[in-house]
Amino acid sequence: MYEFEFVKPTTVADAVAALGEEEAQALGGGQTLIPTLKQRLAMPATLVSLTGIAEMKGVKAEGGTVTIGGGTTHGTVAKEAASAYPALAALASNIGDPAVRNRGTIGGSLANNDPSACYPAAALASGATIVTSSREIAADDYFQGMFTTALEDGEIVTAVRFPVPEKAAYIKFEQPASRFALVGVFVAKYADGVRVAVTGASEEGVFRWSEAEAALSANFSAAALEGLSVPADGMIGDLHGSKEYRAHLVGVLTKRAVAAA
Amino acid sequence: MTKISMKVNGKEVSGEVEGRTLLVSFLRDTLGMTGTHVGCDTSQCGACVVHVDGAAVKSCTMLAMEAEGAEVATIEGQANADGTLSVVQQAFQDHHGLQCGFCTPGMVMSATALLKDNPKPSEAEIRHYLEGNICRCTGYHNIVKAILAASGQLEGAIAAE
Repeated sequence: MYEFEFVKPTTVADAVAALGEEEAQALGGGQTLIPTLKQRLAMPATLVSLTGIAEMKGVKAEGGTVTIGGGTTHGTVAKEAASAYPALAALASNIGDPAVRNRGTIGGSLANNDPSACYPAAALASGATIVTSSREIAADDYFQGMFTTALEDGEIVTAVRFPVPEKAAYIKFEQPASRFALVGVFVAKYADGVRVAVTGASEEGVFRWSEAEAALSANFSAAALEGLSVPADGMIGDLHGSKEYRAHLVGVLTKRAVAAA
Repeated sequence: MTKISMKVNGKEVSGEVEGRTLLVSFLRDTLGMTGTHVGCDTSQCGACVVHVDGAAVKSCTMLAMEAEGAEVATIEGQANADGTLSVVQQAFQDHHGLQCGFCTPGMVMSATALLKDNPKPSEAEIRHYLEGNICRCTGYHNIVKAILAASGQLEGAIAAE
């Protein structure tokens, strides 16, 4: 790693001020950023740790909404969201491994928007609201392609609000070495329709599969998906799986998610 | 350089670190506590697992300054006060849960964290929990057996085999 200054503010306001300095970079749990720094793929002058900000931690469920602080670890979500939003808690309990889950945070995952990360699928399928240090962003506007989001420089994900669905499930086909999703599908059924979000598959990052949403909104069963498929064009193809293989998995996993919901 | 302080295995320690100093480097290089191992340095292998405020973390993927004021537990602090091995350590010895031993500090720390949260894990839960701890010698079977034994469940498991 290149050398950097380390600061650890205790309020969002102080963190935003620190991030206003030149070449400052926010640090969540560091489970992606620290490996990136070790590879010398980033060279911040200052790392602004968000782990000391109490107001960004915790899980709160009220009135059909689960609100998760941006600094909440996957391990905490797995435990504390289990009764209010079981599919989300189950997703959190399968990210990485236990030690990674004890450091990695939901805000860090969403700010990074790795094309194979799990949380973007949950946020997009749930129509979540990304609450930042300066505004609120609908999930549909937030994800803008691989490693790209609507966040401005120095903007922090302080919380994520999930409307709790009637039924939901996330199924991921795990890349066994990294435990990222080779493909992951999150299906969420709400009173006004079904949302289906796919991670790991597309070169554009997480996306909604609108054909499947229409079919499932009319008939919430795996049978409703018969004959539907996503085009292989635009899928990620690499040594772990071809474009065609990933496109095929999208269909298979969506059916499994509906069956599990 | 900045001075940081924390408790390691119940003892107050402090030392000078840079912003980029990893917790594992602080433990091994600054404090000379080399029981915690660095296997991959990419947070895959789990040889560096320690507990920070009771939670298992990969100390190669946490900055030392993040542990300021924390209570850290390492493999060096696992034995009982009289020098006898902890229940988990003894079970690893009894059931041959190691061969070369390189992954063992992380395995013992992960297993200890698991049993604190879940005192009677199933075999499947043990295997799921150890996903972030890689062992290239044992094939995991005896590690899982050791953890079942440490949780007092081995009799039943063997009978069921």
